[in-house]
Amino acid sequence: MARLIGLLCGLLFGIGLALGGMTNPRIVLGFLDVAGAWNPTLVFVLCGALATTFIGYRFALKREAPVLAGERFHFPPRKPIDAPLLAGAALFGIGWGIAGYCPGPAAASLLAGHFGTLVFTIAMLIGMAMGRR
Amino acid sequence: MVPVFWAQALAGGVCIGGAALLLMFFSGRVAGIAGIINNLLPPVAADWQWRALFVIGLIAGPWLVAPLLGHNPIGLPAVNLPELAVAGLLVGYGTTISHGCTSSHGVCGLSMLSLRSLVATCTFVAAGVVSMFVVHHLLGW
Repeated sequence: MARLIGLLCGLLFGIGLALGGMTNPRIVLGFLDVAGAWNPTLVFVLCGALATTFIGYRFALKREAPVLAGERFHFPPRKPIDAPLLAGAALFGIGWGIAGYCPGPAAASLLAGHFGTLVFTIAMLIGMAMGRR
Repeated sequence: MVPVFWAQALAGGVCIGGAALLLMFFSGRVAGIAGIINNLLPPVAADWQWRALFVIGLIAGPWLVAPLLGHNPIGLPAVNLPELAVAGLLVGYGTTISHGCTSSHGVCGLSMLSLRSLVATCTFVAAGVVSMFVVHHLLGW
């Protein structure tokens, strides 16, 4: 059942990315281009997503445990703001501003068959493996 | 490039938020794409099956939207291969050491009022704005 939920959530997430224009790196770069031809599309995507989770989480997290039997709520550990958080977010942002891809949209674009998307994704996987050690 | 109408973008956001909400409601998991993919790399997480299926759904999703829109929503990469390789390394490494990407910090974390996620989101958006300006306006890549 957890697998079916995983598949359905992945599908809905991919649908959302495509509807919101995030599978087009030009639209994402346009959002970051505040000094040029700014494109506000991502503001609407973020507002739609945040409103849904912000309100929805309030109800979902009132429960003792998730709906699926045997599951518990997995929250990231409470940690202070540290150097890896700041450095990692900055490095991620630099990469995002170069290519206009964050992890979700890059993966969601894979089947279009653009070689560059594959190169980005493989490099991202290598970067992830480097970050895990 | 086909522009995205604001209501369509909003609907896209609701789908993304809806997916994150359902994953939390049913499975108790944060829908952080970087984390989901990360745990599929060796050493593979014990619960890799739902993660693999999530990624398969993520890759298939846009193809369900294409007929609805009447065009392919997947755009061409915006830069050349060397730049894409550098950007990919930075995105992979950065999201791993900061434990999150746009979805985990920017959507799920902010909704849980996490200060770490707020700081991370402000940092990567600011870095993205500066990087976009330097790379595309100053360097002209």
